[in-house]
Amino acid sequence: MARAAVLGRLSWRVGTVIELRDETPTARTIVLDVPGWPGHAAGQHVDLRLTAPDGYSTERSYSIASAPDGDRLELTVEPIPDGEVSPYLAGVLASGDQLELRGPVGGWFVWRPGTADPVFLVAGGSGLVPLMAMIRARELTGDESPFRLVYSVRDPASILYADELRRRARDDRGLDVTCAYTRMAPPGSPRPAGRIDASLLIAAGWPPDRRPAVFVCGPTGFVEAAANLLVDIGHDPRRVKTERFGSTGGSP
Amino acid sequence: MGIVSRGFGGRRRSSRPDLPPGQYLVEDFPVLSAGPTPRIDLGSWEFRVVTEDGSKRSWDWAAFRAMPSEDITVDLHCVTKWSKLGTRWTGVSLDAILGDIETAAEFALVGSYGGYTTNLPLEDLRSGQAWIAYAYDGGDLEPEHGGPARLLVPHLYLWKSAKWVNGIQLLDHDEPGFWETAGYHNYGDPWREQRYWGD
Repeated sequence: MARAAVLGRLSWRVGTVIELRDETPTARTIVLDVPGWPGHAAGQHVDLRLTAPDGYSTERSYSIASAPDGDRLELTVEPIPDGEVSPYLAGVLASGDQLELRGPVGGWFVWRPGTADPVFLVAGGSGLVPLMAMIRARELTGDESPFRLVYSVRDPASILYADELRRRARDDRGLDVTCAYTRMAPPGSPRPAGRIDASLLIAAGWPPDRRPAVFVCGPTGFVEAAANLLVDIGHDPRRVKTERFGSTGGSP
Repeated sequence: MGIVSRGFGGRRRSSRPDLPPGQYLVEDFPVLSAGPTPRIDLGSWEFRVVTEDGSKRSWDWAAFRAMPSEDITVDLHCVTKWSKLGTRWTGVSLDAILGDIETAAEFALVGSYGGYTTNLPLEDLRSGQAWIAYAYDGGDLEPEHGGPARLLVPHLYLWKSAKWVNGIQLLDHDEPGFWETAGYHNYGDPWREQRYWGD
């Protein structure tokens, strides 16, 4: 079934920006209307192509933040300082602008409703984006797989989808959300600021013997560390899927 | 030319003949893997080649490292759009590994610790085009970059250069590997921008 969403040629389509939403002081969500969008699975991404007036063009990949919803597609972009594309998407792009894109891409780092396995999501920073698509798809389809999210984030102001996450943690049955702050924890936080560790993943995740499907997404260093910890505490490496935001050099 | 992106200037103007279409340059070395980095003990490390009739040839770490090695400088092109030019590796040529193995196979399925697989035509592993690399930039190959040893097939997108490689099956039929069954191109030539199925 992983093949279904990507069968055939991935042709370039034109999407129109219909809404822009600030998520944090730096990150923003781009809502696109993409006529003929073939649908996607939670966790997949798209390739975007930007073209300058002199014909120079460049492509980047962005995770889809939204659950499948007809021709509507949401991406959330955290600008990388000195990046070539992300500052444009997060700052210059305006409502009504058009973007070329193709997808959905990727048949591995996906969650599909109906498996009933517990799901353990581990996000570092903007690595939350494809995991949020899974949380949204779960609720949208009425799937009852129990989800737990551990979200490692700089400080409270950097939380993506903060209001929605708070609401879902309260209202979505079977969804638990644990935020872990790396730089500054809010007053009264049960845990001091710091990197995620084994005790947090044990306390806020599923025990390995529940055989959860584990999805880890974030910057390379975060994913490497988190995946190693998950294996250390007994999770089956074959059940741990990772997606790394590759470059640290500011290129996207 | 595609739709002009209003207000987008872009940055990299110089057209570089060594950069395939749709790629941008990086100076660091990004890591992309589908799962945790496997833990591999050199004492039990093994690399094996199994031919289409089932005959097997294997190397332990000492035997592998005793093979003649080459220093190579190659460009890397990842399907996620980054390219890194002039990377320096040390490894054993697949010509040396496949040298005296009798086979009429046309296809190869490469396997790794952790379960990863990738396929390619056997001829793409021959003629000085592919290595089992164990050193990068003068030092041991780090685990997150595929150490202790990885395949290096720089003329194809980097997912073909399987990390943590532990064997090659020689086959008389093509058998798509991990990404190749998950929507990525069966061959993966960066110069023809063969990223996904149908490209």
